[in-house]
Amino acid sequence: MTPDQARSLVSKQIRFIVPDADLDGLPPDADLRRTLELDSLDFLEFVERLSKDAGVRIDEDDYPSLATMESCQAFLAARTAASD
Amino acid sequence: MSDFTMPSLGADMDSGTIVEWLVKPGDHVQRGAPMAVVDTDKAAVEIETFQSGVVGDLLVEPGQRVDVGTPLATMLAAGEAPSAAPVSVGKAKRPRARRVPPPREAAAPVPPAVPREAEVAAAAPPAPSPPLRHHAAELGVDLASVTGTGTHGRITRRDVDAAAHRPRVSPYARRLAEELGVDLAAVTGTGTSGTVRAEDVRAAAHARPEVPPVSTEAPRSDRATIAALMSRSKREIPHYYVATTVDMHTVVSWLRDTNRDRSVAERIVPAAALLRAVALAARRMPQLNGFWVDGVFVPGEDVHVGVAISVRRGALVAPALRHAADLELPVLMQALRDLVGRARSGRLTRAELADPTLTVTDLGDQGVEEVFGVIQPPQVALVGIGRLVERPWAVDGLLGVRPLVRLSLSGDHRATDGYTGARFLATIDDLLQHPEAL
Repeated sequence: MTPDQARSLVSKQIRFIVPDADLDGLPPDADLRRTLELDSLDFLEFVERLSKDAGVRIDEDDYPSLATMESCQAFLAARTAASD
Repeated sequence: MSDFTMPSLGADMDSGTIVEWLVKPGDHVQRGAPMAVVDTDKAAVEIETFQSGVVGDLLVEPGQRVDVGTPLATMLAAGEAPSAAPVSVGKAKRPRARRVPPPREAAAPVPPAVPREAEVAAAAPPAPSPPLRHHAAELGVDLASVTGTGTHGRITRRDVDAAAHRPRVSPYARRLAEELGVDLAAVTGTGTSGTVRAEDVRAAAHARPEVPPVSTEAPRSDRATIAALMSRSKREIPHYYVATTVDMHTVVSWLRDTNRDRSVAERIVPAAALLRAVALAARRMPQLNGFWVDGVFVPGEDVHVGVAISVRRGALVAPALRHAADLELPVLMQALRDLVGRARSGRLTRAELADPTLTVTDLGDQGVEEVFGVIQPPQVALVGIGRLVERPWAVDGLLGVRPLVRLSLSGDHRATDGYTGARFLATIDDLLQHPEAL
């Protein structure tokens, strides 16, 4: 998965939870949960949607890898490459 | 004949707006059936009837704001003849809503004859089934305006689809359109499959040359509602506060282990385990679970844990996780997700809003380590949960790094003493050390 594909996939899930999120102005290293005020249930929903849409398994141990847009992109690139 | 009136959906509610009718004149309704969707200042709520019978006239139009106690519809007992006057749908024949609710009418007379339910049912088209109503609500179709083409004039799914000439509208966009006076039929949706979103409504509002006033009475802001309730709480309730630190190591490790075998959708977050522990503690210590009414403590009929939820419009709502002490942890987790989801985007029920017996506010996700909340009258206690943090912690004489959480209890000193509050927090701590029993 390319970084652009990953970005649009992540953005899609976030928009579902925070419809008016300003993702274009979001720095790649900004903490998603804090910046977008996601609580633990929001984050779980984010993980659930991302896992389903990207077709990858995401464990709780992977949560730190989903902290920022940048780290999400890296995580998805690595995880989709591994399953190819 | 009797009236179906605007119910009070909480101590802080004195009026509400009918968003949508779920029944139409002639519908046969059972006690407990949802009648309408009402927008309080905090949430959209389905209100149900406490009386079985046949819906007479709808007296209040969608969009109209009326005081608690105002008649919304007339109800006929089964077998009672409907009024001779032509039934008006949605058009209020009575004068428009007044500030002061009219005096209560005398109790409905008991019909002398044996109810002839079969006749009534045959005369009126059968009421749409709940799935059909749900479908119609999703499509934004007012069932009262749909002509049924099925047997005995029954409304079919196809009728609803045909009536859905309007595109889908998100609930928030619908509300915004109402506030801004935008005609949804004239708005072009830019969302998925033409869904009308809030931005579309705003754009349409800006595009209009003039903005006619929607309502002569401005709705009270969310802030004003919270302000009134919190002022009352601090004026009337002598609060006491106790707090403790709970070692979450055992429960967090247990959740981590058990979550490995769960799909993402079934995973349980620590917040759910904390709520479960609060609910069980409240059952053990009923003196903190209930209401202070007219100078005495009235215990809650069961443990309905209110969960403070910030709704994305900036409002705060605390609906109840009903019968929380009876919900096994995985069930409670799903109930919590459902409740939060509905509070933010969908609908809450009257009971959920009206009857929390104890409220929990969890500000951990907002980064604070400790919160001392203000009690929601007429409740007598509020539990505050802080952020789960890793800190040095002494265990068995050794220093380790442990996940910790600060729990607080705000108690009504008229109902209980700090001693009771302290025992309550100790009980929660104890429950959390044995997560397999949660």
